[in-house]
Amino acid sequence: MSLFTPEAWSKVWTYRTTFLLGLETTVLTALSGILLALVLGILFGLMATGKSKLLRGIARVYVEFIQNTPVVLQICFLYYALAFSGHSIGILPAGIISLGVYHGAYMAEVFRAGIEAIPKGQFEAAQAQGFHYMEQMIYIILPQSVKIILPPMVNQVVNLVKNTSCLYIIGGSDLISLTYSFVTGANTGGAYGPAYLVCGVLFFIICFPLSRLASTWEQRLKLRDRRTVICPGSGRKVADL
Amino acid sequence: MTELQASFQMISTPALMQYLLRGVVFTLMISLVAVVLGILLGSVLALLRNYGTHGKARIFRRIAIIYIEVFRNTPLLLWIFICLVFCPVPKMFSRKMFGLASAADVKLLFKAAVALVLFTSSVIAEIIRGGLNSVAEGQFEAGHAQGFNTVQIMWYIVLPQAFRNVIPTLLSQVITTIKDSSYLANVAAIELMARTKQLMSTAYRYNGLGTVNVSDVFVLFGLAALIYFVINFSLSCIVRRIQKKTRKTVKAAA
Repeated sequence: MSLFTPEAWSKVWTYRTTFLLGLETTVLTALSGILLALVLGILFGLMATGKSKLLRGIARVYVEFIQNTPVVLQICFLYYALAFSGHSIGILPAGIISLGVYHGAYMAEVFRAGIEAIPKGQFEAAQAQGFHYMEQMIYIILPQSVKIILPPMVNQVVNLVKNTSCLYIIGGSDLISLTYSFVTGANTGGAYGPAYLVCGVLFFIICFPLSRLASTWEQRLKLRDRRTVICPGSGRKVADL
Repeated sequence: MTELQASFQMISTPALMQYLLRGVVFTLMISLVAVVLGILLGSVLALLRNYGTHGKARIFRRIAIIYIEVFRNTPLLLWIFICLVFCPVPKMFSRKMFGLASAADVKLLFKAAVALVLFTSSVIAEIIRGGLNSVAEGQFEAGHAQGFNTVQIMWYIVLPQAFRNVIPTLLSQVITTIKDSSYLANVAAIELMARTKQLMSTAYRYNGLGTVNVSDVFVLFGLAALIYFVINFSLSCIVRRIQKKTRKTVKAAA
């Protein structure tokens, strides 16, 4: 294929800093987005499993509204609304906020499912021991649900890394955007094959180990569930045979 | 206040409304095609990855694994860009059709749709694999005992059960695909997201004020968000209803 000529490769090599810069932006955006998503996820996850009807309602509306609209639309909405009202916060912060809010909704569902998977008796026992709400969560509930929460959470991290590509629509400088401006640039253009390959490999190097980790944990959890069987006759739950 | 009125007046123009609604139809059609083709391609990939463990089939198994992992761990937008350059377009799609402005637009749509199909099929393959894994081992043995060969076992016994188990997950994937299709807005003004953005950037021409105002942003993107929400929320309600039903039957059986 003529698109994989040595000249094209040398062009990519000459401009290697472009790709590294893009990678840096993508990783930074992703990390900040993950942090925000985690905070929102824990907050709304706790709200969704709490006693207050109002807070549960708010969490429900947040999750439903965010999960049922595209992140590309959300990022455009946020960015243009701020820009046209004269409060522009810049492309990168807008990207971080919309990615954080979008994946925060998914994280909230992950936390909710994790907390709801813990038997009611655990809450009651903790309460009987005089634990406050926060103490219950930190010492009793969350440590038990970590195993359930982790695999889907890591999957969300992978999705967030991939979704940093939505920065392109508002003119970001992430890996995808810089790759695209590299292959279409006046001086640098044309090296489509190598440039896309490099970009894809960089994403793969970040995402593949993470999704592998998630599926390994998931598998282990499934095996544990299978081992946790009801002992015939006694009706007693026998864990980890 | 006049700005807001102007924005509402703009979207109530029949021509603009029609332009947006066409976008909705494109969004739905593209997503439907992507999911249907994704199920076909994904089923093949899932079967190969799960059962291609003997002899020559092992090569296909390896190809399926590589395909699935590569597409799952790279962004959709990258594949859209790649398809724009490398994807060949058959003659059938190199002419004006679907009510689009030019043959170039149709070609763009075809290439971007191919990217969406390739990407979606890798996700669906993993969903179907989950369904295949949920079919009990005894079903295979029972099939063999009845004198079925492997293809017959797959077709008549395993696949129907596997699909039934993953119907809710596949429906949720339709929601994801509808959202993913908005990535096409990066390359062509065809589906809802792209048309909304297109109107946004030319709003000064239609709202009668000569400028793009923040109210245009809210009205246009708000409308698009509402449309996406209504479609996806209805789908997710269906998913939840099905899940509830299956949970009930499982409980009744137990």
